[in-house]
Amino acid sequence: MAEEAAASGPRPIVPYLKIPESGDPYLEAHKCRQCGAFFLGERETCSSCGTSGELEAVKLSNRGELYVYSIVHRSFPGVQVPFVSAVVDLEGGGTVKGNLINIDPDPEKVRMGMPVEVIYQIAPTKDREGNEYLTYYFQPRS
Amino acid sequence: MSDDVYIVGIDMIRFGRFPEKSVPKLGAEAARLALDDAGVTIHDVESLYSGNLMQAGAMVGQRILQEIGQTGIPVTNCANACATGATAFRGGWMAIKAGIYDLVLVVGVEQLGKMGLLGGGGGGGGIPKEGLLGSGIMPAVFGEAGMEHARKYGTTFEQFAKVSVKNHHHSTMNPKSMYRKETPLEMVMNAEMIAYPNTKLMCSVNVDGAAAAVLASEKKARELGLSRAVKVSASVLTSDPFTERDLVMPDVNTCTRRAAAQAYEMAGLGADDLDLVELHDCFATAEILHYENLGLCKDGEAGRLIDEGETALGGRIPVNVSGGLLSKGHPLGATGVANMYEVSTHLRGEAGDRQVQGARVGLTHVIGLGSACAIHVLEKAA
Repeated sequence: MAEEAAASGPRPIVPYLKIPESGDPYLEAHKCRQCGAFFLGERETCSSCGTSGELEAVKLSNRGELYVYSIVHRSFPGVQVPFVSAVVDLEGGGTVKGNLINIDPDPEKVRMGMPVEVIYQIAPTKDREGNEYLTYYFQPRS
Repeated sequence: MSDDVYIVGIDMIRFGRFPEKSVPKLGAEAARLALDDAGVTIHDVESLYSGNLMQAGAMVGQRILQEIGQTGIPVTNCANACATGATAFRGGWMAIKAGIYDLVLVVGVEQLGKMGLLGGGGGGGGIPKEGLLGSGIMPAVFGEAGMEHARKYGTTFEQFAKVSVKNHHHSTMNPKSMYRKETPLEMVMNAEMIAYPNTKLMCSVNVDGAAAAVLASEKKARELGLSRAVKVSASVLTSDPFTERDLVMPDVNTCTRRAAAQAYEMAGLGADDLDLVELHDCFATAEILHYENLGLCKDGEAGRLIDEGETALGGRIPVNVSGGLLSKGHPLGATGVANMYEVSTHLRGEAGDRQVQGARVGLTHVIGLGSACAIHVLEKAA
């Protein structure tokens, strides 16, 4: 199990965040060799074109641009608000969602199309067993 | 194509909060109203299609029959997110279209109470993802969908807010609406921000509700009399095809566009022929998207449509004259059938103060996120 191998360090918050034994963490997609569609997480069949066995793991870029966002002021109990929920198109393909940080959560400041980058940090919460998780965020890129 | 299918009875209970009642009891109330409206009894009904989401495993249809007459007819229980009621309706429509039954009862029912934010459950173990990997709550998901429109066409927060002003205004004329209060623009825009650009008054209301319809074959409808009957000219259900950002951004547009194209073809008419529309305004942002998805205007014109009042009662194509999900309320499994009640009531000329004058053709639309889109085109029969 991957979790056991990484037991000494943080666990990935989602399976598509990869923590190699050496080197920097990255986001991974599976790309269909037939139609070029990107998926987060492994799958047997491409849900875009229906081809099986043609999905290959690809490393996603840490650079992208903000596609759309919402500024969340009310969420479930315990969730820190406000925060910017962001959909980001990455360079070279693949779209991921996450929090956009290091920017005022204000529609005057957040600009669709702005360049952003993916950064990796330890999540502020632990699971019940006290395990730490590595998560990713977006932040503005100059 | 076989004979047409008709709505011969349809009604709904006033949406609200009824903690003292059970889901089957709410459904039974609507069922009795619809049967009375059709002038038939449970003994005339050959099959029941029941839609309910939150108790999907609890045989709600059978429990409704326990309240209104356990005749032993086949019951189909149906869950399809917010398209649940419309999907149940379509099940009944298909069965009659196939020539299996002449008279079918459809019930959509939901008890949400004051349930708060929906969506964003996440799962998959580990730690909760909400607020770390963006938001999965519905106001944010539809906020992002609205911002996509803003990105393409420059749609403003104010234009989104105007949808809510309009639908709340409409609801003041609907005695079956949960809320019946005017909400001026400043009030909508200054209400608590839930997920920009959706304020609290731009989010649909979680309520309890039930609506029911009696569907009949052409033969049976003629027997019962066509004077108040409503013809189902199109019944379409789609799911979402794969689109580029599918995995992180539910696409409510493509499945609606496909369903609309199929529905217009099936009904042999176009968007220009519609007299009124009840569409899925789960959030104010969503209504703007669906103006274009349903072809009520060209792409990029939705903002102008709301600015110029074209979708208000008295405008070119009134949308959500019932008050919509934003004010009438959104009891998930009941919503689709309630939309058909609204359109049918106008086609029958029985909508009182909010009557769309001379209405002959109407369209109903719902979206179940995940996604399902159901569209029905209804026409005055006689």
